[in-house]
Amino acid sequence: MMHHQMNFSKSPVCNLTPGTVIVGKWHKNRYTLMRRLGFGATGAVYLSKDANGNKVAVKIGQDNMSITSEVNVLKTFSRVQGNVLGPSLIDVDDWYYEKKQYPFYAMEYLEGENVLSFMKGKREEWVGILLVQLLTDLERLHKAGWAFGDLKPDNLIVVGPPYRIRLIDVGGTTLIGRSIKEYTEFFDRGYWGLGSRRAEPEYDLFAACMIMLNMAYPARFEKKAQPEKQLAAAVNKSPLLKRYRKIVINGLFGKYNSAEKMRNDLVHTLSTYKKQAPVADQEAMSRSVRRSNQKKKKTKILFETLLLASFLFIVYMFYLVSQTM
Amino acid sequence: MKRKGTLRQILLITDGCSNQGEDPVAMAALAREQGITVNVIGVLHEDTPEYQARGLREVEEIASMGGGISQIVYTRQLSQTVQMVTKKAMTQTIQGIVNSELQQILGNDYRVDDLPPEKRGEVIEVVDDLGETMDLEVIILIDASGSMENKLATVQESLIDLSISLNSRIGDNQFSMYAFPGKKKDVELLMDWNGRLDSLTTIFSKLSSGGITPTGPAIKEAIQAFTIRRSKRSLIRDDASSDEFLEESGM
Ligand SMILES: Nc1ncnc2c1ncn2[C@@H]1O[C@H](COP(=O)(O)OP(=O)(O)OP(=O)(O)O)[C@@H](O)[C@H]1O
Repeated sequence: MMHHQMNFSKSPVCNLTPGTVIVGKWHKNRYTLMRRLGFGATGAVYLSKDANGNKVAVKIGQDNMSITSEVNVLKTFSRVQGNVLGPSLIDVDDWYYEKKQYPFYAMEYLEGENVLSFMKGKREEWVGILLVQLLTDLERLHKAGWAFGDLKPDNLIVVGPPYRIRLIDVGGTTLIGRSIKEYTEFFDRGYWGLGSRRAEPEYDLFAACMIMLNMAYPARFEKKAQPEKQLAAAVNKSPLLKRYRKIVINGLFGKYNSAEKMRNDLVHTLSTYKKQAPVADQEAMSRSVRRSNQKKKKTKILFETLLLASFLFIVYMFYLVSQTM
Repeated sequence: MKRKGTLRQILLITDGCSNQGEDPVAMAALAREQGITVNVIGVLHEDTPEYQARGLREVEEIASMGGGISQIVYTRQLSQTVQMVTKKAMTQTIQGIVNSELQQILGNDYRVDDLPPEKRGEVIEVVDDLGETMDLEVIILIDASGSMENKLATVQESLIDLSISLNSRIGDNQFSMYAFPGKKKDVELLMDWNGRLDSLTTIFSKLSSGGITPTGPAIKEAIQAFTIRRSKRSLIRDDASSDEFLEESGM
């Protein structure tokens, strides 16, 4: 991807100053750019205001082909029943700038946080909840005949509260049965030697599991000689993924043929998993037994508080899960 | 528009300047005349990128004359680059075809960009569709001059990766591979037409790197290989009509 990224960063539409006004050639809608949210291989995304002062995200590109195929995907998304998958599409047009024509589209601005930064300091329940939400969307996407393709933390945003994961950057979305349009090595099953790059539910589920691994290993890791064993070991060694171990392994090795199945397993685990006291805690407890009664009492109070807290947490969790249905 | 055809590409992987035989830029122009796209990947040495980048100007010239895409990378980025360049070049060629068909229908100087955004979507769907279903023939040319020696393992890995990507398509793929210089000849056949690239390990172990870099002759050899294959195929079944459709589009 380097080449295009380097090329695009030099493009005049990649470095537009805040305040720049864009007027579409066909529909004549006006957008005032506020700041650049980021840029990638195909274009730059700017937080903007439309004529009525509403916040929107505007993506300006150079290459008609990729902008148009993203628009095609966003249009299909809007036809899928239920909540919108990805940001909803507002306008598609061209902009004349410095004697050249640039394709752009305006979409819903999703205000939120990248999944990985959202996860910082969060407990393992959150891994499951975010994944349940993601899998709900993937299931609908797959049913509509598409695979997301380039599934990775950068393309997931957590909006809210109430927190809800949302898909952005639909550049990799591919009709099921075709070859994946865009992917990122760490999340690509082909790269790890665990399957083809044909668009199918299993392809996305592999990536979803790699996202879980990325939550457990924020710095990611390099591929080694036996990738299959390496991934399994990484799953097994992670405290964050402990309760999801079986599910992640199944997803990585193509054992789930639908997002729904993986989702159901996650929901089941989330609602039934009993946390065993970690070894360190048990030692601490037995030590405290030998100590004074007062200490024992303290531990008990602490324990009850924890119990209450986790009860409340579970209630909240169910609320969040229900948000996705 | 749904007519299927075959896309023909040369994928050249090299790390330096040619120094033997025909001018590779001229050979690339010749390939393009025959409806063959030439894509070039220039491999940079991690330790001397500055010095080398200058030498790799030839890489861009070959690709530009060959109607293809060039990309200069460090060895570690090779896998993703090889498949990306190949796919991009396919799309570019198909887009060229579709554009010229549009011009025939709508008049000269008419391009996809001039269509209103609502109509563009349909055109892109056709391009996507062809990219997925057309057959593809790729001849891979590997620079085996001395300086490439320690990169061949990565080259091999990136070609296997390419095979994973392309074999996930609906259309058929055929690959063939040459090394230059070879053991006995300037240009040596490593692998004859084959649908897969995963049996490469044995082939690569046979490579011995030489001192010269006959890039031009390698491209010439590839053009010939395409010609022979095409004439053989039209003897077997008459697919001249679909070929014609693509040849005119090589531009
Ligand atoms: N609708 C949106 N709302 C909020 N932020 C967005 C929206 N769309 C994109 N962004 C942000 O803008 C940045 C750039 O988005 P873009 O779609 O270009 O992604 P990319 O992966 O960097 O690019 P590319 O797909 O072109 O390689 C991303 O960091 C993303 O978080």
